[in-house]
Amino acid sequence: MNGLLWLFDGLLVAGLAWLAWWALAATDLFKGIVLFVVFGLLMALAWARLQAPDIALAEAAIGAGLTGALLLSTLARISSAPRSPPAQRDDRSPSE
Amino acid sequence: MAILKRTGFAVLVMLLGAGAGAAVLSLPPEWNGLSDTVAARLDESGVTNPVTAVLLNFRGYDTLLEICVLMLAAFAVGSFVSERRSAGLGTGRGAAETSGQGHRGVELPIARPGRVLTGLVRLLAPWIILVSGYLLWVGSHAPGGAFQAGALLASLGVLIVLCDHRLLPRTASWLRRVLLALGFWVFAGFGLVPLMFGQALLQFSGPAAGWVILGIETACTVSIAMVLLLLFVCNARLPSLDADADRARGTGA
Repeated sequence: MNGLLWLFDGLLVAGLAWLAWWALAATDLFKGIVLFVVFGLLMALAWARLQAPDIALAEAAIGAGLTGALLLSTLARISSAPRSPPAQRDDRSPSE
Repeated sequence: MAILKRTGFAVLVMLLGAGAGAAVLSLPPEWNGLSDTVAARLDESGVTNPVTAVLLNFRGYDTLLEICVLMLAAFAVGSFVSERRSAGLGTGRGAAETSGQGHRGVELPIARPGRVLTGLVRLLAPWIILVSGYLLWVGSHAPGGAFQAGALLASLGVLIVLCDHRLLPRTASWLRRVLLALGFWVFAGFGLVPLMFGQALLQFSGPAAGWVILGIETACTVSIAMVLLLLFVCNARLPSLDADADRARGTGA
């Protein structure tokens, strides 16, 4: 049982690091946001494993849920924004 | 040059990581921090969940300021959006949306709300409200509390907005502002009461402490849900929950 838990924790840590890297490295912003949401869910699991259920609940609701929704709506906004001011174009990802 | 820069940066990050790791490993394995102190005084806090006791009673000052920051953030975002709209800067799609007759939901890079989403929200809505109330109530003796309950309520609001934002009740501007500020003012108001009895600011003790904390948490739940939902609504450039704007549009058109 203990070995299984160690395995689970190891997978969790590795998955978190992997997801964090890909969320940052993704050139497709939509993909980055989805990875960030998944990262939030795994982070909630990690908090639960650290016996901090309060933070786990908050992380699942805020980190994974609402932040994802906010980021997605922001993405929708900046993708449909008028392109006239050239100064703002630097923020956009090169893939678009 | 670029490679040099990248290598330097990588070394810096690795050093930072090693430092953080060393700091974690150097922590004493058995150290309870302040949890023994909290456990010793838990009976006086009015609640039996140590996290709630710390957040609402022992260190209520922090939570009060957090609620204040949330409230100010919502007001800032809200004023920014309405200012932009009234200045006529919200042209393009936003203007088309607001002037068009049927403003459908947010245009997110996902499929339009179909039967699955609307059906799911219809099924989930009562449960989310129930669970949110449960989290609020259970916060006094188990993990839960205002923040989680408010976030859940806000997520229900976001789901409804994604289906069809017209389903959200229109509210007057003053009512929205009152709801946004409710948590802060109730918290601050209850926090001032002990001063009248010669106690410290935000010192909740005695038999009523549990009920005071529950009242504060209820008000904070409403405000937190309102803040988070308004952040989403403002960000998505919706025609908003604004009854005043509706009226203005109705007369303007």
